Amino acid sequence: MSERHKVDARGAFCPGPLMELIATLRHAEIGDEVEVWSTDKGSAKDIPEWIKKVRHELIGVSENAGYWSIVVRKMK
Amino acid sequence: MAKKILIVGGGLAGTIVANGLCRQLREDLGAGNVTITMLGASPTHMYQPGLLYVPFGRMRESELFRDQRKVLDRRVPFFVDPAKRIDVEKKTVTTESGKSHAYDFLVLATGSRIRPDTVPGMAEGAHWFYDLEGARKMRDALQQFPGGRVVVNVNAPHKCPVAPLEIVFMLREFLAAKGVLDKSEITYTYPIGRLHGLEPVAHWAVPEFERCGIKSEIFFNTKSVDPKTKTITSEEGTTLPYDLLVTIPPHTGQQVITDSELGKGGWVPTERNTLLREGSTNVFVVGDTTNLPISKAGSTAHFEADTVVDNLASLIKEDRWARHYDGKVFCFVETGLNSGTYVWFNYLTPPNPGPPSQMIHWFKLAYNRLYWLSARGLL
Repeated sequence: MSERHKVDARGAFCPGPLMELIATLRHAEIGDEVEVWSTDKGSAKDIPEWIKKVRHELIGVSENAGYWSIVVRKMK
Repeated sequence: MAKKILIVGGGLAGTIVANGLCRQLREDLGAGNVTITMLGASPTHMYQPGLLYVPFGRMRESELFRDQRKVLDRRVPFFVDPAKRIDVEKKTVTTESGKSHAYDFLVLATGSRIRPDTVPGMAEGAHWFYDLEGARKMRDALQQFPGGRVVVNVNAPHKCPVAPLEIVFMLREFLAAKGVLDKSEITYTYPIGRLHGLEPVAHWAVPEFERCGIKSEIFFNTKSVDPKTKTITSEEGTTLPYDLLVTIPPHTGQQVITDSELGKGGWVPTERNTLLREGSTNVFVVGDTTNLPISKAGSTAHFEADTVVDNLASLIKEDRWARHYDGKVFCFVETGLNSGTYVWFNYLTPPNPGPPSQMIHWFKLAYNRLYWLSARGLL
């Protein structure tokens, strides 16, 4: 059964939301989803860009009150 | 009945908590109302940032270590008997030797460890300075290095966020002093789309890299190392040749955390302000062990530990909460063998590093000695 891992990276300056996503994907199983919350506007662009490079699946990007939520599925 | 505080982990975070609590709870300790016990994996306490200097012969190995028994307050029973199983329901920790320790309050400070074994070929093909054995091998390799292609490869997650940049600048100066810089090329790889997780540091590093002739490959997440062909390949599809590979390996938490089902990857889900384990009211988590999206750094461990000391002491003495952790991190950045800067930030204040200077480098060298006062809870 796949799991959804949540990473609340709001206000995270170091190492930052994309590094936190990469770290979380390391211990996730293939098929698991990772939901990253970020107040860093660049993440809404950087994270989808990286996901495309390494061929994970972007489930969605949504803007909430003051933060972005980006959901990724680990594909390999 | 005495309140039992059990600290699992004898690194910086655990040691500051133990020593700080001894100071704030000295009357309760004396009266037998409180006991503080520590479980650790080693009889010695290592100053980990010192490892950065070992490959360049700038610190002697012996300068990195002190007897943990002498760093720790003498009122804390200390057992070199690592935790094997942590049961937060039964409030008991079982150790490698089979002993059980019950607690009323638990402080998880088990830290992190490098895992080059999780990347094919890395253990065989790469050097690192994140443990003493690795730093020694790297020192030997550097002494024999005739010049060539050096790749400094960074993997997520890792402790000591600025060490990758520090090692690049220090390597460059070392190669120049050795007279082989003109025969060498340094390429730095980083997992995300800039030179560092901290945006201002990444921004600062760009002209520095240009000035120093350091190449870079961003969006480089290591897939494998081939020690035979001396190449390193990324998930993104890039392959780089090397003559000397220095890696900052990916890290995980400790096995006991995973085995005790306290957190995937060995990272314990932790509330960012209280530093309580999520779902717990009596289990604190400090240092690298947390899953917080924050630097895994000595200063983080220090400021978190100070917060836990205040809160635990306040809960025991006054049955009230003292304060929240504000996310503070403070890191020195060595920008060569003779200059440095620093960066600090918290959950609300972004980082803003200043220009490097010799004075700040000297202060870092002083802190290499003053660290032991921090561990003893005095600085």
